[in-house]
Amino acid sequence: MRRRRVRLAVPVPLLVPATVGVAFLVLPLAGLLARTPWAQLGSHLATPGVGQALRLSLISASLATLLSLVMGVPLAWVLARSGIRGRSVLRALVTVPLVLPPVVGGVALFLVLGRNGLVGSWLDETFGITIPFTTTAVVIAETFVAMPFLVISVEGALRAADTRFEDVAATLGAGRWTTFRRVTLPLVAPGVAAGAVLCWARALGEFGATITFAGNFPGTTQTMPLAVYLALQRDPEAAIVLSLVLLLVSLATLLLLRDRWLGRSGTPVA
Amino acid sequence: MSLSARVVVARGSLALDVAAGVADGEVLAVLGPNGAGKSTLLRVLAGLLPPDDGRVEVDGAVWDDADARTHVPADGRSLGVVFQDALLFPHLTLGENVAFGLRMRGVPKATREATAGAWLDRVGLAGLGDRRPAQLSGGQAQRAALARALVVEPALLLLDEPLSALDARTRLTVRAELRRHLADFPGSTVLVTHDPVDAMALADRVVVVEDGRIVQAGTPAEINRRPRTDYVARLVGLSLLPGTGEGRTVRLDSGGVVAVADDAAGPVFAAVRPESVALYLSRPDGSPRNVWPATLAGATLHGATVRCELTGEVPLVADVTETAFAELGLAPGARVWATVKASEVAVYAR
Repeated sequence: MRRRRVRLAVPVPLLVPATVGVAFLVLPLAGLLARTPWAQLGSHLATPGVGQALRLSLISASLATLLSLVMGVPLAWVLARSGIRGRSVLRALVTVPLVLPPVVGGVALFLVLGRNGLVGSWLDETFGITIPFTTTAVVIAETFVAMPFLVISVEGALRAADTRFEDVAATLGAGRWTTFRRVTLPLVAPGVAAGAVLCWARALGEFGATITFAGNFPGTTQTMPLAVYLALQRDPEAAIVLSLVLLLVSLATLLLLRDRWLGRSGTPVA
Repeated sequence: MSLSARVVVARGSLALDVAAGVADGEVLAVLGPNGAGKSTLLRVLAGLLPPDDGRVEVDGAVWDDADARTHVPADGRSLGVVFQDALLFPHLTLGENVAFGLRMRGVPKATREATAGAWLDRVGLAGLGDRRPAQLSGGQAQRAALARALVVEPALLLLDEPLSALDARTRLTVRAELRRHLADFPGSTVLVTHDPVDAMALADRVVVVEDGRIVQAGTPAEINRRPRTDYVARLVGLSLLPGTGEGRTVRLDSGGVVAVADDAAGPVFAAVRPESVALYLSRPDGSPRNVWPATLAGATLHGATVRCELTGEVPLVADVTETAFAELGLAPGARVWATVKASEVAVYAR
């Protein structure tokens, strides 16, 4: 059911800054469209570097999202449901990457997983594995930055979900793990989906941590945002085309999210 | 005794300490106001909340024993629970909801579908197995919730305000059906409610819980006729007048004297039904033995009768017809005379 809203006249002191705000947010995007070299669009997109960067971006963002789901959903459950001590401290720690400048995240990852890092030196000596400046590093950097978005979203969904359904499941003989799989997870599926989309979008746009920890090697670590930055210095037209692609992907993400958020609530998504 | 329980829980301002036994096939109603601890008791019996002290035993199996540090969690108990809001899983069909308990017990798909279908049939929802809970009315959802609870043939059935979320008309039909299903149910049933009608209609025995303690226990008829606390008296619609019996009169603690038909001695309750109180604008002639001046404090319409709250030396509730109320020209604040025949006053020991 939708309530009818009364349309209120907007007071001028609110209307003027609001209009400026809209212009501020929309004009740059309009400018991007205005400057797009539509005629050469095809040839720019056909450049081998573009396809490579786009493919790498999509794959690494998807892997980062998958990794975030595997670790983030259980983590969100622990934050929302468990009675462990120090939960608020844990939540603060988990959300640090949200506010941390990504470059700092990249440096931190480098110090831990770099060849001379705490874990990295061990990996190197024991298995001969080096992580920095590989595609793996891209996925790790993106996961580090994007996972908190998923955790926060899923935790919110879990808190909003009616825990009495879990009580009902228990009285019907379901253990905690079964209850989680058969009841809790389906109930918060829309929240998980929204979180995953947010996480994916954040991973796709990741720049700072990636360039710090993974470098900028075409084919292995040069993702779309890195390619845009580089192209802007060499070939501004190519940069505009690449930006346009990212803008389209972002808009598609937004549409997808809107459907999740405004879709019929209470009906299963899975 | 199939269920025998003593439950002690201290939570904030609530200090719950009740003991109860329920035989096989028996329905025990736990009646009490909000916050009395009824739901806490139910959560303990369900295994959703470990008691601070006490013991819960069903069919010889110990589910809780604070001394022995035994606590069987909900999923290890042979239970069926129906909550106030049906709480059907929204992501499952009706059939899958009803079959959920069987699935948890590893019953093969074909068998559990057949059993669930039979139960849906039994609660009057035949053919609706493919529906989603969102497509059901409140009454249908509550019937499905009952089927979901009973399908596993539990030893203990717990009903938490099962009818209070339903509208008045639906409540009547679902109550009647529930009564039928409870009669067929071989295990013990505990019904938690704040509605005395539910308790009277569905229970074999009633315990009244106030502030975490049992203040009265008995058959529904006893509770109905001889309430022992103001709360119960209000619920069953009686005016409860505590006093001291002195032969054929009761001297009330609040002052005032009530004439009664039988000899009474010591601390007693005098109870007056609202329909046995008559109201007059001037002191009536003749000799009704109980005549008291009173002030009309409030009046509410129930169907065709008006329930009048009277204050004065004998506080009473009177039911008069809407017509009589209009003819007397009564309004809150009016001075009236209330009369009750001595034979209409029930007297019983405190």
